[in-house]
Amino acid sequence: MKRILLSREIMLAFAIVLLTGGIALRFPGFIAPNNIALVFNDTSILIILALGQMAVILTRCIDLSMASNLALSGMVVAMINAAFPGVPIPALIGLAIIVGTILGAVNGLLVWKLDIPPIVVTLGTLTIYRGLIFVISDGAWVNSHEMSAAFKALPRSVIAGLPVLSWVAIATIGLAFFAIRRLPLGRSLYAVGGDPHAAVYTGIDVGKTRFMAFSIAGGLSGLAGYLWVSRYAVSYVDIAGGFELSIIAACVIGGVSIAGGIGSVGGAVLGALFLGVINNALPVINVSPFWQMAISGTAIIVAVALNVRSERTKGRIILKRAEAAV
Amino acid sequence: MSLQDDIKTRIIPDRLNSRLSGYLKSWESLLVAVAVAVFIINSLSSPYFLDAWNLSDATFNFTEKGLIALAMALVIISGEIDLSVAGIIALASTAMGYALQFDVGTVGLVAIGLSVGALCGLFNGVLVTVMGLPSIVATIGTMSLFRGLSFVVLGDKAFNGYPTSFAFFGQGYVFWVITFELVLFAAMAVLFGILLSKTNFGRTIYAIGNNPTAALFSGIRVDRVKMILFLLTGLMSGLAAVCLTSRLGSTRPSIATGWELEIITMVVLGGINILGGSGTIVGVVLAALVIGMVTFGFGLLNIPGIVMSIFIGLLLILVIALPIVYRRVRKG
Repeated sequence: MKRILLSREIMLAFAIVLLTGGIALRFPGFIAPNNIALVFNDTSILIILALGQMAVILTRCIDLSMASNLALSGMVVAMINAAFPGVPIPALIGLAIIVGTILGAVNGLLVWKLDIPPIVVTLGTLTIYRGLIFVISDGAWVNSHEMSAAFKALPRSVIAGLPVLSWVAIATIGLAFFAIRRLPLGRSLYAVGGDPHAAVYTGIDVGKTRFMAFSIAGGLSGLAGYLWVSRYAVSYVDIAGGFELSIIAACVIGGVSIAGGIGSVGGAVLGALFLGVINNALPVINVSPFWQMAISGTAIIVAVALNVRSERTKGRIILKRAEAAV
Repeated sequence: MSLQDDIKTRIIPDRLNSRLSGYLKSWESLLVAVAVAVFIINSLSSPYFLDAWNLSDATFNFTEKGLIALAMALVIISGEIDLSVAGIIALASTAMGYALQFDVGTVGLVAIGLSVGALCGLFNGVLVTVMGLPSIVATIGTMSLFRGLSFVVLGDKAFNGYPTSFAFFGQGYVFWVITFELVLFAAMAVLFGILLSKTNFGRTIYAIGNNPTAALFSGIRVDRVKMILFLLTGLMSGLAAVCLTSRLGSTRPSIATGWELEIITMVVLGGINILGGSGTIVGVVLAALVIGMVTFGFGLLNIPGIVMSIFIGLLLILVIALPIVYRRVRKG
């Protein structure tokens, strides 16, 4: 019982409830179902991306290129939509996912086949993918009026009271829950991150699992790319610039350990929601939105400090890093 | 730390000197070859390249980032990383801009810039050593925190009106076309080079990066060394903030955005192992030169900066991948 109460997800959920409750005391409108749905919808893209990033971080890797991947996949479908308005939207969504998956697979291949540290690979592809947007678009914007009505309408259209954007996030959460708990790949993500040596002995291909994780993160970035450009109805070189760090922040706040092997779908989702609530609450409580960056920075530091404390309790570590050094 | 506890990274070479130094030598000679090639290609492709004043201007492409890269190299060799350096620049620059209204004078401004940088570095150091947080996420946090504070103070405004004498740091010339920044970078490069390769302290950095546990057992105060390295990186970021602010003559919270990644690229391109334990300052200086010249040459050819970044990104991956492929092919 104590364990459940002290679990990261419950504590984080409690923090979010406390935060929203505190705001609601002064501004009751903030917890109106309508507004809560709005906040969730606003955080949907971050949730989708955080789930992809979690798959990567679980395997002891990191993907810094997700935001660039998002922007590139988004630009590809936005340009196709502008040039050929007749192409059906589902085909474009499929294409965005495929482009994103390929970009993610490139990261994965470099990590798998060449053993280049993931932070170096994705640091490189972060700038390369961003640069490619400029190359294919020649620096031009794809503006709202160039996109077809159907292209822009999909994420906004309401089904059963919620916009499609929210439903996509919910579907992704559901799929992630299933994949992480029931599929061999989901379990091997934990095995690879928890102890790569042991994973090899149990017959798990460490490199291939990492490759799959990067491909999944890429596919989700591609999906988010379509959602981003259609929701904001604009696409240009710099969209989602710097967002890669917010994605990692959501994971870390959600209790995903950067050392791999620890983390849950619920945690990552709550971590993203925590950032989403803060972003949406600041204008409501009349705090300058310029505080947002400093607050999320502090949240990250506090969250990491909590993570480290909870991870320390297991096992006896005589010297720091002694475990890892074996 | 997290990302380095991988299967293949825990192999400690038993013949450290012969093979490793030979490999490192070839790395730096590779960089020299690249630098010479870039220089020749640049001078052939644009008549404006081989002009003393143009070349002098070109040094601004790497001097400020290079200053931080020198300290970042030590942090990375010790097995940590600091992603908050650009955030520190923003905060230090904002502090200097804020101090303008109190009429502190040029010396005061520099002192404020340096001490804010050092304080930020100290804060990172405390998070990593005292609290034991993994540096990669701790500094992602402080990166948002530092730049965030700068946004809180400035919002969408900017600080202007730095005293004329302050302009020397970023715009002054020491002798003919030799800028103050270039001299500063060269001096710092020599200092850091000596610190890393000729002093006891430098050797301990390698020891920590190769095996922190063994280093601790050999009597090295691992945490204290790391604390000093983070402090040093903060200080150098403060120094870079002084130069950059002086060169731009104004402070906005978005100053030096994205520099952390460019600086790490510079360090990794310079042959510093991202997993810690090896690399030299000579390599970092060469990498700074290569990146500076590539940027400048592309600029002369009217190639936009963002296309340049594709090239830098490819260079980063290729330079890391080629030796790996080469070794694998040679092995059969």
